[in-house]
Amino acid sequence: MRKVDVSSVLGANAEKPEELDSCIEVSNLNLFYAKDKQALIDIDLTIPKQRVTAFIGPSGCGKSSLLRCMNRMNDLVDDCVIKGRIGLDGEDIYSKHVDVADLRRRVGMVFQKPNPFPKSIYENVAYGLRIQGINSKRVLDEVVEKSLRAAALWDEVKDRLNDSALGMSGGQQQRLVIARTIAVEPEVLLLDEPASALDPISTLKIEELINELKRDYTIVIVTHNMQQAARVSDFTAFMYMGNMVEFDATDAIFTNPAKKQTEDYITGRYG
Amino acid sequence: MKTSVSKWLSSGSPFVWLNAGAVAISVIMVVGLLGLLAVRGMAHFWPADVMQANYAPPVLSGEPQVTEVIGERVESESVSSVQIASSGIPVDETVAFYDRQLVKMGNRDVTGADFAWLLSSFISEIRYPENIVAMERREWGNFYGFLASVSESGEELSLSGDEALWSEFESRLERASRLHEAIYDIEKGEIGKINYALERLRLRQRRLEIDSQLTPQRMAELDQERAELDQRYRELQQELLALNTEIDRDSARFTVANGAEVEVEFAEIVRAYRPNQLGLIGKTGVYFAKLGEFLTDEPREANTEGGIFPAIFGTVMMVLLMSVFVTPFGVVAAVYLREYARQGFVTQAIRIAVNNLAGVPSIVYGVFGLGFFIYIIGAEVDQLFYPEALPAPTLGTGGLLWASLTLALLTVPVVIVATEEGLARIPRSVREGSLALGATKFETLWRVVLPMASPAMMTGLILAVARAAGEVAPLMLVGVVKLAPSLPVDGNYPYLHLDQKFMHLGFHIYDVGFQSPNIEAARPLVFATALLLVLVIAALNLSAVALRNHLREKYKSLEV
Repeated sequence: MRKVDVSSVLGANAEKPEELDSCIEVSNLNLFYAKDKQALIDIDLTIPKQRVTAFIGPSGCGKSSLLRCMNRMNDLVDDCVIKGRIGLDGEDIYSKHVDVADLRRRVGMVFQKPNPFPKSIYENVAYGLRIQGINSKRVLDEVVEKSLRAAALWDEVKDRLNDSALGMSGGQQQRLVIARTIAVEPEVLLLDEPASALDPISTLKIEELINELKRDYTIVIVTHNMQQAARVSDFTAFMYMGNMVEFDATDAIFTNPAKKQTEDYITGRYG
Repeated sequence: MKTSVSKWLSSGSPFVWLNAGAVAISVIMVVGLLGLLAVRGMAHFWPADVMQANYAPPVLSGEPQVTEVIGERVESESVSSVQIASSGIPVDETVAFYDRQLVKMGNRDVTGADFAWLLSSFISEIRYPENIVAMERREWGNFYGFLASVSESGEELSLSGDEALWSEFESRLERASRLHEAIYDIEKGEIGKINYALERLRLRQRRLEIDSQLTPQRMAELDQERAELDQRYRELQQELLALNTEIDRDSARFTVANGAEVEVEFAEIVRAYRPNQLGLIGKTGVYFAKLGEFLTDEPREANTEGGIFPAIFGTVMMVLLMSVFVTPFGVVAAVYLREYARQGFVTQAIRIAVNNLAGVPSIVYGVFGLGFFIYIIGAEVDQLFYPEALPAPTLGTGGLLWASLTLALLTVPVVIVATEEGLARIPRSVREGSLALGATKFETLWRVVLPMASPAMMTGLILAVARAAGEVAPLMLVGVVKLAPSLPVDGNYPYLHLDQKFMHLGFHIYDVGFQSPNIEAARPLVFATALLLVLVIAALNLSAVALRNHLREKYKSLEV
């Protein structure tokens, strides 16, 4: 088991979030489930482009809810009311003119439990392209290989692309899901606790993958594993009970947090 | 401390035994039913020995008359002497019960009655002559007698010995059968085509008349086509004439019971054999020949003889057509109810209404089909699309299309419920995964959800087929007939005739069993047809189950 030296990672990027290009701007976001239950209170946040941002916080603090707002997956929940604005490259994603399907292609999501389709590995990765009308075998072959390589899965499955995706292990399935998400060339990747259902080796592989992917994609990752957040992310947002408590560069959060609440959570006094 | 009884109860053993017992009883019932049908129905085709005996029942005055009886024993029963006496036969009433036998004597054209109950005690000198011949004929039913001679063009052939006579008889019978097949092909096939073409010409002409587009030139074209068809018809008539002369050339003379002589044309004979001479293998051969005829031939003699192939074909055709209608109907309705409709009061009310539809008696669907599909829609369609055929209705009367639609309506609730169940079982994670890739709800349904729900849809279809294939009452009103002139699928354009009436196994059972002029002849056929109906439905169900299993393997659920 590779021991991760956290100290070498921290301090390497001492950037401030305000200095970078922003990808997603959340302003004054309030989220209500069933009228009386408020899950997010006045969230203001800017996700920097082509960096990894982590959401940390105790269970039920609203990090998954916030994540799901960013690609409008909360639209699927009945009685869910959203007030405020989320801008993707400047455009409000909740405006009436937005094509939700296209938004979700640009902002991809990987869920906690791997959910491959009951199709072959090839068809899983090609799914997003087929939806867009791309059916040419040459193009699909190329994109499937590229995506599987990028997801560090190609060598393991290149001989059995037509086998059912359900026959793979959990870690492989999650990497397959990542492969099919990046096959449609999104701008943002939202990862909702992607490794929490996996064993440590697979978790490591996923983290390596995230490090590779952040060169090309903006990544937002929700995790309740603080060490993972420290290893993987450039910026971290700490949330508590629906509030955004603190948002700063990861090393700042973990070595010198501004709020006491943050410090208490980081050091394990509660949460 | 549990007592031993309560221990035994809580171990689950009694329930295991109870379940096993219930399953055993069900299996016994099903096997018993099938066994009864098989024995009573299939035994009909076995070529039984033909006996020759003397029969002398007591008479009121004078000496009992001795008559010769030739025939097959069908069944026997015990009757009280009082009952026999009251029917006119003065038996000794001190004996409580008498046995009597049902003997199939055939020769309805000679004696007038082909079945008779004979009292066993008054039958004497029972023998099984080797040379007795049993024959099936195209009219007048079975025939039993002794072969006396064979004639060609009216002249008797002189042949020595029974064997030579019999082999001559067999070879001429084979010739006659071949000629009969050729005649049948011409009549049904070629001439049928010409008649069909002539009818279509007539309709075309009528259509042009109605549209006021009948120019002299078009009329001339039609006339020419008609002339060609008539010419072809005349040619075929000539051929038929020649064949008929050929087939009428031969005849045979038989001696029947009580010494009478009967002449039988070879053209009338379907099959002839000497049952008392056939060994087990020979009889098995005849059995399978008769069984094959039953399954592949058309009915004769008001459905009491011959085969039931048109009924099998009609049943299968109707079930397939019904499946084609009910599956999209039911699946789309279920998808709407579960995926698109807002789950409020109205949707719930619709769901309850759909479930209740499943309980409506099927004859009510028949009445609905008759009133709405046939009288309203069918009549309108006739006005719009087939005005040239009026006043004869095309779709304004019962037919394959309306029958399939009516049964589709009958079984749609089942498909809806099964599909809804299937859709509910698909995990949210798969749907979310698809949506997160940029698919619309429809694309998710079409590409991911519905394929995963296909085993459930197949279940719905299986239940629909099982229910619909056995329904008879609604069909009587919307398109099933006792005897259909042709199959709904044949070689004439447009090949599938949705407006034609058809035959159906269930209705056939009813018709043969209850509307038949000759109940004794018909009864075994009722059992045989019932067995066949069960087997046809079982075959349809098994193929659907196999398909469903294949789909289940393909779309194994994620939640394992």
